[in-house]
Amino acid sequence: MKTYYNPEDLKKFGKIGEFQKSMADKFFAYYGEVFQEGALTAREKSLIALAVAHAVQCPYCIDAYTVDSMEKGCDEEQMMEAVHVAAAIRGGASLVHSTQMMNKVKEISM
Amino acid sequence: MKSLKALNHPLSRVEQEIAVLDQPVEGKTFEGFLQEQALFPLKPTTIDILQINMGKMCNQVCKHCHVDAGPDRKEIMTRETMQHCLEVIRKHTIKTIDLTGGAPEMNPDFRWFIEEIRAITQTAAIIVRCNLTIIVANPKYYDLPEFFKKHRIEVVSSLPYFSAVKTDAQRGEGVFGKSIRALEMLNAVGYGVADSGLTLNLVYNPSGAFLPGSQQELEQQFKKKLADGYGIVFNALFTITNLPISRYLAYLMSSGNYENYMEKLVSAYNPVAAMNVMCRSTISVGWDGFLYDCDFNQMLELKVTAPDSQHIKDWNSEQLHQREIIVKQHCFGCTAGSGSSCGGATT
Ligand code: SF4
Ligand code: SF4
Repeated sequence: MKTYYNPEDLKKFGKIGEFQKSMADKFFAYYGEVFQEGALTAREKSLIALAVAHAVQCPYCIDAYTVDSMEKGCDEEQMMEAVHVAAAIRGGASLVHSTQMMNKVKEISM
Repeated sequence: MKSLKALNHPLSRVEQEIAVLDQPVEGKTFEGFLQEQALFPLKPTTIDILQINMGKMCNQVCKHCHVDAGPDRKEIMTRETMQHCLEVIRKHTIKTIDLTGGAPEMNPDFRWFIEEIRAITQTAAIIVRCNLTIIVANPKYYDLPEFFKKHRIEVVSSLPYFSAVKTDAQRGEGVFGKSIRALEMLNAVGYGVADSGLTLNLVYNPSGAFLPGSQQELEQQFKKKLADGYGIVFNALFTITNLPISRYLAYLMSSGNYENYMEKLVSAYNPVAAMNVMCRSTISVGWDGFLYDCDFNQMLELKVTAPDSQHIKDWNSEQLHQREIIVKQHCFGCTAGSGSSCGGATT
């Protein structure tokens, strides 16, 4: 079946430079530096990436950072908690906007 | 759970395994990678380590075991073969004698062998690859920590994770709890305790089709979790990549992970790790005395290419030093990422 997403395409990520090399090179250099051990450990960064992958709902990133988190020694519970953080922020982001709705309701109500 | 051999699994036959491991991965071969680095044919640099497999018998049947060990395996080393090993240790400068299995402690001559080695050399390091649960498996093993201490054995033990769920999934129901009890007993006699001089190293290998992460970072996590959760201390953590052999190969194939895993190993090829592969400084002795480049080649029954030195009783240092190491696709497991050996990462 043809789908927009193909797991095999994940391996081609590094080849995006075929169409625009200098930007791709800069992006990958930046990407590499971001994920290096810094003030945050590589493991912490992997869990953040996993949570963000769920927030932006990117199947490639979910695949890649599930494996990466496991390689970095995270267990299922930690990974699921990271996803809950993403869910809480996404849900919270919707809910906190309800204050605008409430403001408006109050503004136009008797 | 039974061994592949007892199940008569197709992959319990080495020809089947080798047929799989002879296939290039996306057109690439380990030999080809070595050629690019002018490392082929791969040659030893020294023979510092004698790794002796004392038998395939084990009290556990771990899912990833490259030995296909278990209680149903009866192949164990005889005292006569151990005598030949002692001859080699007496005549040649071996820095490290690394005892493995199965569970080497189940060999009835295990203690005798260690006493004899220590009678020959006080300085060589003796490593025992202890699966931990053997220490609490039967009262006759309860004094193993004391015995290890007396002979200044370095204990190297597998603990794939600091939680029961993951450890038991790989090594069997209840293994984590028993391992913690055994670690407590080792700590109690001083193993892993700072300045005791008694070394206790743990081995981490992934419980699944993925590669180990940074050894240093995992060691920090293990140290913290085991100290906080159980009051356990140890010296170092060795991260080991699972090689696609025997039960781990069977797992990769039956779970549909084989191709992806091999591609991962190949794409993580590290030329520096290739220079440091452990077979360049090791000879591995099988339970029946035959000699191999490493424990993995032993399980694939690929004997050393030294024509007149294929058995411990015929040990010929010159021929062994000049031999060509046999490599196949499983070798990609030793060169992925930071590299992997029985002593952990190699770079
Ligand atoms: S991995 Fe070690 S403890 Fe597990 S079955 Fe194999 S030899 Fe025994
Ligand atoms: S599997 Fe054995 S022969 Fe191959 S590189 Fe590793 S240690 Fe050497």
